[in-house]
Amino acid sequence: MGALEHVWGEFASWLPHVQLAHFLIVSALLFAFGLYAIITRRNAILLLMGVELVLNAANLNLVAFSHYKMLSLDGQAAAIFVIILAAAEAAIALAIVLNIFHRFQTVNVDEISSLKE
Amino acid sequence: MAHETLITLSLAILLLPLAGFVLLIFFGRRLPRQGDWLGTGLITVSFALAVTVLVQKLTQYHDETLGLSFSWINFHDVPLVGPLKLVLGVQVDNLAAIMLCVVTLVSMLVHLFSIGYMRGDVRYSRYFAYLGLFSFSMLEIVLADNLFLLYVGWELVGICSYLLIGHWYEKKSASNAAIKAFITNRVGDFGFLIGMLTLYATFHTFNLRELFEGIQRLPGDGQGWLTAAGVLIFCGAIGKSAQFPLHVWLPDAMEGPTPVSALIHAATMVAAGVYLVARTFPLMTGDALMVIAYIGAITAFIAATIAIVQNDIKKVLAYSTISQLGYMIMSMGVGGYTGGFFHLTTHAMFKAGLFLGSGSVIHAMHHALHRQNDHHTDAQDIRSMGGLKARMPVTFWTFVVFTLAISGVPLTSGFLSKDEILAGTLAFAGLTGHALIPVIGFLVAGLTAFYMFRVVILTFLGEPADAGRMEHVHESPAVMTIPLVILAALSLCFVFSLNPVDASGSWIARAVERPATVVPSVLAGPGAQEFEEGVRHFHWTAMALSLTVAGMGILAAFMTYSWKKINADAIAAALRPVHTFLLNKWYFDELYNGVLVRGLLGATVVLRWFDNTVVDGIVNGAGLVTRGVSFVSGRFDHYVIDGLVNLTAWVSGAFGLLFRKTQTGRVQTYVVLALFSVMIFYFIFRLG
Repeated sequence: MGALEHVWGEFASWLPHVQLAHFLIVSALLFAFGLYAIITRRNAILLLMGVELVLNAANLNLVAFSHYKMLSLDGQAAAIFVIILAAAEAAIALAIVLNIFHRFQTVNVDEISSLKE
Repeated sequence: MAHETLITLSLAILLLPLAGFVLLIFFGRRLPRQGDWLGTGLITVSFALAVTVLVQKLTQYHDETLGLSFSWINFHDVPLVGPLKLVLGVQVDNLAAIMLCVVTLVSMLVHLFSIGYMRGDVRYSRYFAYLGLFSFSMLEIVLADNLFLLYVGWELVGICSYLLIGHWYEKKSASNAAIKAFITNRVGDFGFLIGMLTLYATFHTFNLRELFEGIQRLPGDGQGWLTAAGVLIFCGAIGKSAQFPLHVWLPDAMEGPTPVSALIHAATMVAAGVYLVARTFPLMTGDALMVIAYIGAITAFIAATIAIVQNDIKKVLAYSTISQLGYMIMSMGVGGYTGGFFHLTTHAMFKAGLFLGSGSVIHAMHHALHRQNDHHTDAQDIRSMGGLKARMPVTFWTFVVFTLAISGVPLTSGFLSKDEILAGTLAFAGLTGHALIPVIGFLVAGLTAFYMFRVVILTFLGEPADAGRMEHVHESPAVMTIPLVILAALSLCFVFSLNPVDASGSWIARAVERPATVVPSVLAGPGAQEFEEGVRHFHWTAMALSLTVAGMGILAAFMTYSWKKINADAIAAALRPVHTFLLNKWYFDELYNGVLVRGLLGATVVLRWFDNTVVDGIVNGAGLVTRGVSFVSGRFDHYVIDGLVNLTAWVSGAFGLLFRKTQTGRVQTYVVLALFSVMIFYFIFRLG
């Protein structure tokens, strides 16, 4: 038995003690990363990925609240809706990005500003 | 026949010619023969119904008045006027029933005659349409039981008269005559309107029976205004019946087609004035009747004297019509109600006949002159005729019958009615001492006989004025001679009275009795009782005198124009001023031209100056003021209002420039802004 098994043992013994706060911390981290990506990235694909992160942070929240009996099953249902919406959104958004690329030969959102003028 | 049936028939008589008018005016030109058969047929049906109504009325309801009325419009209480409710209706009494017959009969015969006379006319169907409208309007006057409806019909016949006089409006004289007739009638109609409204203001009704009842309830004294009301209503009759001083339009009205002259300007419309006086007879005071009698007498005399010297056959007949209308009016005025109406009826027959006869002559003359290529000779001038008897026997013999009737020769209807009138004037003179009226009456009787025989002699007897012309003169077609024969038959006395010397027992005298007066006794004229006695007393005197003067008139005519024992030209030369005076129709036209027309023209000069200086000055001044005000207002608009608007726009623009900076168009900027906003809100609300 090595150190890895020891860590796993520690983890396995802690696992039943995971609380809502842990999920919320993970969710908040995911949300922050997603937002960071949305703000800093110039590439439209990466922007969309940031959006996915933000959405899944929300999903995680919903499911966690549901699990800890604060939202009953509504939370899970809402999460499934969000997943479906995210899938649809990704499909449409990628199609738009593809079209944009086709037209402007770039996916840099800063350069796509023809509506501004 | 039931009461309602008779009323329905009367309404049918009234409305059939109107239906004819509507159909002809819209579809006349598209109908076969331009629809003359339609108008003639409808009026014939009307006539048949009118005869039925008359017979039924006289046999079953001799002393009753059948009526039907309905509330046309109710304005309730009108400010300054009081209750205003118009109830319209028809009534059929003996007077109306006889008039229905007379009007439809003459109208029917004139329709028939016109088919021949107007053949090939430019406005053939419109002519028949107007005849229908006229018949309707005249029947409306006859049937109306109230002054309102009567006035409507009164104006309608006026407009029909205008339209038909001006039938050949391309001719300047015809359109002028139409305008003259219309405007002269307006003067009289205005009096009628005022009189009618005077009565309305007091009694709040137009219904004749209610008016009479209202007058009967008035207190006995202080009712002198009734005389004024009566005379004002009589003004309508002065205009329509061409009485002095408004008689000037009737001779000019002869510019219309001759059948129209027969129908409107001889038999029916001009008799409407007499009919109006008969209708309103009970409310006429003694003084009003005196005015009526004198107006009638003066008219009869003036017109008879003018007729003597006229050479146009239609002008002679026109003045004779005026004179005979004066006779009827005079008879009404003296109280000879029955005589006046009787003369209206007989006159309608023989005068329509005279006009249609003259139409037949003029038709033939036109034809002859046309064949001769003579475009200068006047087809209506009796001096260019003569000897027509041989070529036009039917026209001649019927014309003679009519002339005998108008001259008052025994065995004719005119003899009976004229005798009745003259006896009435004598009775009136006996009761009141106004001897001038019978004197004029007999004088006019003699003059009438003289000038009518002058026409007959110059037109039909003697040598033709132009032998070549006679070759082309032919008798008119049957459609024109049949009406003449019918009218001639109706001009005999037997139609009205089997006793050829006394009409007092005839059906018409029994049917048309003088109505009792309703005015207070102080204002009433001589009583009906005394008058009747006077008429009976003077009956034979009047007959003898009238026969004498008529005989003298006829004799004088033959002496002068046939046997040439008296030289007319020599007399004319000897009495040059008188002759000229008569030839110029007593200078009435010149007088009216000089005083009224010139006066009006003078007034227009003054009014024009007033318009140009005062009215235009005010208008221009108003324009200047408006311009000044608008200049100031314009400046205010330009600087103040526009300034405010521009300021608003400028402020918006400035803010727009400022906020434009935030709109980068980059999604990330917005997200960052949203993020910081959320964080700021978070801290604000957490702190709060």
